[in-house]
Amino acid sequence: MVENRPFITFLSHGILILGVFIVLMPLWVAFVASTHPPENIMTSRIPMLPGDQFVNNYTEALTVGVDGAGKVPLSRMLFNSTVMALSIAIGKIFISILSAFAIVYFRFPFRKTCFWIIFMTLMLPVEVRILPTFQVVADLKMLNTYAGLSIPLIASATATFLFRQFFMTVPDEYLEAARMDGAGPFKFFKDILLPLSRTNIAALFVILFIYGWNQYLWPLLVTTNEKYYTIVMVIQRMVAVPDGEPLWHLIMATAMLAMLPPVTVVIVMQRLFVKGLTETEK
Amino acid sequence: MADISLTNLSKTYPNGFKAIHDIDLEIEHGEFVVLVGPSGCGKSTLLRMIAGLETVTDGEIKIAGQRVNEREPAERDIAMVFQNYALYPHMTVYNNMAYGLRNKGTARDEIERRVQEAAKLLELSELLDRKPRQLSGGQRQRVAMGRAIVRDPVVFLFDEPLSNLDAKLRVQMRLEIKRLQRRLGTTAVYVTHDQVEAMTMADKLVVMNAGVAEQIGNPMSVYEQPATQFVAGFIGSPAMNFLPAKLEDNGKAVQIENGPLLTLASKVNSSGSNRSIVVGIRPEHLVPTPEGAIGFAIEMIEALGAESLVHGLLPGNNGVNGVDITLRIDAATAIPSESEIRLHVSTDRLHVFDANTGERLN
Repeated sequence: MVENRPFITFLSHGILILGVFIVLMPLWVAFVASTHPPENIMTSRIPMLPGDQFVNNYTEALTVGVDGAGKVPLSRMLFNSTVMALSIAIGKIFISILSAFAIVYFRFPFRKTCFWIIFMTLMLPVEVRILPTFQVVADLKMLNTYAGLSIPLIASATATFLFRQFFMTVPDEYLEAARMDGAGPFKFFKDILLPLSRTNIAALFVILFIYGWNQYLWPLLVTTNEKYYTIVMVIQRMVAVPDGEPLWHLIMATAMLAMLPPVTVVIVMQRLFVKGLTETEK
Repeated sequence: MADISLTNLSKTYPNGFKAIHDIDLEIEHGEFVVLVGPSGCGKSTLLRMIAGLETVTDGEIKIAGQRVNEREPAERDIAMVFQNYALYPHMTVYNNMAYGLRNKGTARDEIERRVQEAAKLLELSELLDRKPRQLSGGQRQRVAMGRAIVRDPVVFLFDEPLSNLDAKLRVQMRLEIKRLQRRLGTTAVYVTHDQVEAMTMADKLVVMNAGVAEQIGNPMSVYEQPATQFVAGFIGSPAMNFLPAKLEDNGKAVQIENGPLLTLASKVNSSGSNRSIVVGIRPEHLVPTPEGAIGFAIEMIEALGAESLVHGLLPGNNGVNGVDITLRIDAATAIPSESEIRLHVSTDRLHVFDANTGERLN
């Protein structure tokens, strides 16, 4: 819409700035709180300008850890979360792209049935099957392991469905040309289909990484050893200290640190998105 | 020895639809064979069966003397150019051409040599680092050709390769493909629905209709002696005129419906008078002369520059309109100003077909 009316411009900018303010305000407060000594936050007035304890607070959080959360350094938890989120994202993409490949390109008995069974699991979120899943993981002795953290969350109907839809738009002629060129099914998958799905994979990776990173309930259940705590679940533990004051300055630093990796992934992958959108291949 | 031979080839789809009926075809080395027919006639299916992309229900396909029915496309020593080219969008022109050779395990410098050679032949040398989307339609077409050439196959298969190009480029690429095929001396099977393309490119023309090869022959003989009414109507533009008629005088003459009695140049090999037939006359064989035997009412004239197409009707019975007729005349010929003229046709130019079976009788 091209309009040159000063009032409209003023109004729309005003609304946008207000929106940004509303979104950024809590983040700002969290950041400011993470740079002050604990006693400043406990007083009646919450400071609005950064303090001088930035380096101290973050060093303490990263290397020493917080009492309520088993005194494990945050760097360890950041590592745990990264392992979990990456395993989930990569595992999900790997499994679902292969199952979509099977469903779209191979004729086998009960192909349709398989698809519908996979599709139906879309309606069952992790929380619904959490008890049986926990039982299975416990029986397999996977409690307090990275495998236990990530494997049960890897199966994904959503990603399978997405890849299936994408594969169905790939012209059959590519497959036929590849057959002419002597490429077997896996060669076709590796050389043709995978490069064509690049932008889809990037998009899914972002979504799934954030999904994995933000897992709360599942890590809470399967980890009892502090060494395997993830950063997202630990924030709650820090707040719920039995006696005494929550260490707000460290909690806020943890929150800021927990936010960083997903934000980085979004910013980095965003470039690939745009590239994928402007370079339409096919 | 024939490069390709098809024996009793049939294809029935699982739903019972019979797409190809008992086709027999021998393709000699270096021959350019065009499969032509209306859409849905089975020409693409036949090509894809040769390529190995469709299974064979019955009959046998031999390429270079060997039965290939059960072989994978890559093992048939063929190369195919697809309608939409099917160039891999994420690969450069070079890689598109080299991909098949790499899969075959060809040596790196041999691949390099063959691709460079094909690129030179097709004037693609400058474009080897480009991606397909950076190329024009004609260039993509040439890359698709290049991909076929580097494999040095026994047969090229073309599936309507020119249908995505604009008219001018199509004529140019038509010549280029034909020239290239002559130069390489490779056998080619080419599918098209465009009868002009078919006529100009083919050494051997296969006219197909409803899964049946109606006529196989060189283009001029198909044009001059169409075996069935379908072939007569399909080959030639504008299409042949068909007049309903009756056979008279023991097959020596035809009585055009509401028209004159024409004596045939040679007797039709058919017994019995009064048999229902269809007389076919090519638009260029009808000549306007005052002494002509056939009456004709002009409706519209299309001047194409070098020639003109005159559309009109034969007089009908009791005011009912007769048959639509088109004639093609030289632009220099003065078109009579009156709307009713007379046409002459030389009797050795008549094509006589059975009205029921459509088979040629003379």
